[in-house]
Amino acid sequence: MSNAMLELILEATLETLYMVGIAGLIAAAAGIPLGVLLYVTRPGQILANPLTQKVLAIVTNVGRSIPFIILMVAIIPFTRLIAGSSIGTNAAIVPLTIAAIPFVARLVEGALNEVPPGLVEAAQSMGATPYQIITKVLLPEAKGGIINGMTITVVTLISYSAMAGAVGGGGLGDLGIRYGYNRFDPVVMLITVAILVVMVQGFQSLGDHLVRKADHK
Amino acid sequence: MIRLENVSKTYGSGAHAIQALKHVDLHVPKGSIHGVIGLSGAGKSTLIRCVNLLERPTTGSVQVDGEELTRLSGPSLNQARHQIGMIFQHFNLLASRSVYDNIALPLELVGMSKDAIQERVLPLLDLTGLADKADKFPAELSGGQKQRVAIARALSSRPKVLLCDEATSALDPQTTGSILELLKDINQQLGLTILLITHEMEVVKTICHRVGLISDGELVEEADVGDFFTAPRTQLGREFLNDFLELEPPGALVERLEAEPSANSHPVVRLAFSGDAVATPLVSRLARECGVDVSILQAKVESIQGRTLGLMIAELIGNSHDTRAALKYLEAHDLKVEVLGHVQRDA
Repeated sequence: MSNAMLELILEATLETLYMVGIAGLIAAAAGIPLGVLLYVTRPGQILANPLTQKVLAIVTNVGRSIPFIILMVAIIPFTRLIAGSSIGTNAAIVPLTIAAIPFVARLVEGALNEVPPGLVEAAQSMGATPYQIITKVLLPEAKGGIINGMTITVVTLISYSAMAGAVGGGGLGDLGIRYGYNRFDPVVMLITVAILVVMVQGFQSLGDHLVRKADHK
Repeated sequence: MIRLENVSKTYGSGAHAIQALKHVDLHVPKGSIHGVIGLSGAGKSTLIRCVNLLERPTTGSVQVDGEELTRLSGPSLNQARHQIGMIFQHFNLLASRSVYDNIALPLELVGMSKDAIQERVLPLLDLTGLADKADKFPAELSGGQKQRVAIARALSSRPKVLLCDEATSALDPQTTGSILELLKDINQQLGLTILLITHEMEVVKTICHRVGLISDGELVEEADVGDFFTAPRTQLGREFLNDFLELEPPGALVERLEAEPSANSHPVVRLAFSGDAVATPLVSRLARECGVDVSILQAKVESIQGRTLGLMIAELIGNSHDTRAALKYLEAHDLKVEVLGHVQRDA
């Protein structure tokens, strides 16, 4: 295999990590608060608000029901507006992020749902404000579950990023399609798949490790 | 210290409305331990949650230390809640925090400095016997230790009132005893007013000064614990007492019991005595004055808040005239006498 080919593979790997990293970070920054809102506005919760809950739930569900490949194409004008282009690694980050936010939100909501309601009640009995209940009780107690959710999100983003590659997003998916598929190069295809497998394994192990550290159960 | 006036709580509305509390009046004086006992679903939990407004009463007023909580909301209610500690059946400790950090939580909420927090937490670790557990996490502790952490946490904000929601119901009898001892110590050392709800007479007997009996959302009886255990005024009170003092005749005897007396039978009775009757040598007097021998089958004496309460199952052995006289004699001496049946005299 030529040096040029190796460089291409390295570059594609970094592009994938870059797309997944940035999209994951933004999705966490937006999706965790959205997940918290989804949870605390539920009936009987500390900031119960049926209307807000309903609207958020619908938006989240719509976001989650659009297949990624369709979402990518559907939001091209928006992508252009944000990234200045609809092709390339930066452009791919936009649909990846949009797809990941509701995904993260639902996983976070699920993680918060695992926090025993008695803990919230105990905090209320101490005179905690809703904000204190979120920051000192709900989020710390759900930390393991949230990390687990972020791990699932990252793994999903790696798979989505390969799809983004198919429409010129760069990264390992792009490389695999162009060299492995279009040019019938089985070696590149195998290497691409191998790198993706190692990447997913790596993130999963890291996630599991962090969950173990976070959980004192 | 705690005063509930005409407190009612209704869940839902219209045809589906459930009235969990009905016109409850309750007064807990400063420094006392007040128990509320009742069966599951009687409204105990709702009652105790109304005191710190975890449940807001539908009508009525709740005062703690002279402040009317039912008029507060938002920040002023949170402020008032710092004066009210609460512990729970399932402890409700934060799994993500160490013992030390759990106890520190109420203080963090009011923005106390780390040094000041340490000054409060360390003595509480000693008080609750957790000094060597400060860095452990709740998952590493036993149930009794968890409840001790919860008690220390509830005390850290130096409350005037401690609410205990079935605090020992998830613990084994021995651990229950040690937690109750701790609560008693706290009550005596700190003069803390305690309101507890429970379904266990043992808890009431061990630490309460006064007790209220709740049934179907109503406080149906209230008395000093000594009076409640010796002479409950309601049927439900008597049922609780009988369950607590459960004293049944031996199985072999039960099989021989007959409802009606016959020529060769003598009565088996359950005697309950309290107050002065305990000190009277009744058994020997029965023999002397009525000519009846008493064979004691089961007996139990409880000491409750300085009052003594005794229960006995006995055969009264003598001719039918004498045993009838003996029963009259016992009743005349303020004993509660229940004839369980009659057994044939052994051949």
